[in-house]
Amino acid sequence: MDKITVKICSGTSCFVMGAAQIQALEFTPPADIADKIDIIEVRCMNLCKDTHAKYNRGPFVTVDNELIEEATYEKVVTKIRDVLKNKECQ
Amino acid sequence: MLIPKNNANQMRTRILIKIAESYLENKFKDADRIPLELRPKEQQPSRCCIYKDRAVLKYRCMASLGFSPEEETDELTTLREYGEKALERTKPEPAQLCVIDVACSACIKSQYMVTNACRGCFARPCQMNCPKEAISFVNGRAHIDPDKCVSCGKCHEVCPYHSIIRIPVPCEEACPVGAITKDEFGKEHIDHEKCISCGKCLQSCPFGAIVERSQMIDVLKLMHDTDKKVVAMLAPAVVGQFPGEITQLVSALKKAGFDDVIEVAVGADITTQKEAAEFIEKMQSGEKLMTTSCCPAYYRAAQVHVPEIKPFVSHTKTPMYYTAELVKQQDPSCVAVFVGPCLAKRAEAEYDPNVDYVLTFEEMGAILVASGINVDECEPEQFGVMSYAQGRQFPLTGGVAGAVVSLVGDKADIRPEKIDGLSRENIKLLKRYATKGCENNLLEVMCCEGGCISGPGCIALPKKAARSVEAYVAKGEDLSKK
Repeated sequence: MDKITVKICSGTSCFVMGAAQIQALEFTPPADIADKIDIIEVRCMNLCKDTHAKYNRGPFVTVDNELIEEATYEKVVTKIRDVLKNKECQ
Repeated sequence: MLIPKNNANQMRTRILIKIAESYLENKFKDADRIPLELRPKEQQPSRCCIYKDRAVLKYRCMASLGFSPEEETDELTTLREYGEKALERTKPEPAQLCVIDVACSACIKSQYMVTNACRGCFARPCQMNCPKEAISFVNGRAHIDPDKCVSCGKCHEVCPYHSIIRIPVPCEEACPVGAITKDEFGKEHIDHEKCISCGKCLQSCPFGAIVERSQMIDVLKLMHDTDKKVVAMLAPAVVGQFPGEITQLVSALKKAGFDDVIEVAVGADITTQKEAAEFIEKMQSGEKLMTTSCCPAYYRAAQVHVPEIKPFVSHTKTPMYYTAELVKQQDPSCVAVFVGPCLAKRAEAEYDPNVDYVLTFEEMGAILVASGINVDECEPEQFGVMSYAQGRQFPLTGGVAGAVVSLVGDKADIRPEKIDGLSRENIKLLKRYATKGCENNLLEVMCCEGGCISGPGCIALPKKAARSVEAYVAKGEDLSKK
């Protein structure tokens, strides 16, 4: 099975608002998902500059192109597990 | 215990960003909307209801504006009014950690408790080993008499089912000097005489109830509303705290409003040289032990809590001191702002005439975010004065001692030892070394475990930051070959 690509935005805004902490996934990922994910730190995806949003909803993380707003470590891990489950069903 | 990856930290950063934005947009005209924006109606409350969440947020905003929630005299004072008052300040408020009493959940007094995993076994080692006869058996299960229990933990150690747990009070557990205690209502209070401003309580409170006065607005005002020249002095731990290269951060900060940016690692090089010279001199005159002095939380702890160690503390000044001295020699009229990972530096700055303000990396980050600056997109710009490898390694545990050792070389017999983290155990250890002697002769003491890269004002993960710092050290030239 292909690995899941997790892109963590490392623009200053996302990094300061919590992406820095989500990078813990690179060091100590939960055992069940550790060998099933590729973590990539990406440059600013410009999502924070979306003026339609009332306020910045960062940090932004994508899990196989699914966008997570106001991402936290917990939210990202849950999303990864969801995507993995869906992949197994297919 | 410090809790990484948690909502309370994340919220603190958001508040700082909102406050900085509010200043930049319209000088706090809409500041009273911040708690509502951060806790909109449709969201699930984290406390009993969104109204309490918002009330707590207001107090946290107050701290971000530089006020202590303890000082509140009128509950109806609006954030806008606090903001306007903050802009009238001409010098920083003294550093102070403080508990927001409505946010403090008054955790139950730390205690041992028997859980339902107890099987009421035949051996009953808990009862047999309890020195105070505090354990009896009720309905086939162990029961601890709270009046007799002295919290020694023997029962917890011997239970074969691990059925006896210890429920700690996180802030009290984290405080190495016993400065935070309960009042008669169970709420925590900080004794400012005892507090060493290390920030461990702030990092460990699961309710985000502990705040400290920020100086962010004072600095923003100086940059935007006055003609003063504002100089940022970046602590050596800055490497890895922001995405992008350190050289890009220099131009990012200039864009944000600083007139000049200098590395405190330059001052750390001076500290290394002076501390090495002091060490050689002390050993030659027959002294047996010297400890480092650059960690302000340790320095204060030595003054207040471990007087035995005081005679052994190095008289060399901190990297911040030497850097600020350089800055003020060049331009005595400028405003020197130390930017670092440390809360205790604010207290140190109060006694340093050359340091005007202290920001954390988190506050610096909030200023960058609110100003819409992406470090990664800024042009690289070199520092005016370059630092050496020695000064650059100060933020890592073992780094200060390592730097001093490299300069002492074979001029004296030097045996370094590091005290990594100022825990209660390590405070006892320091007392023992001071009174009974130590087999090593250079003690490096750092209050934060892992070094300054784990400080309460940091943004990046300590592990990751350590890698960046190590890479930066490797690129630096050797001061001993200068």
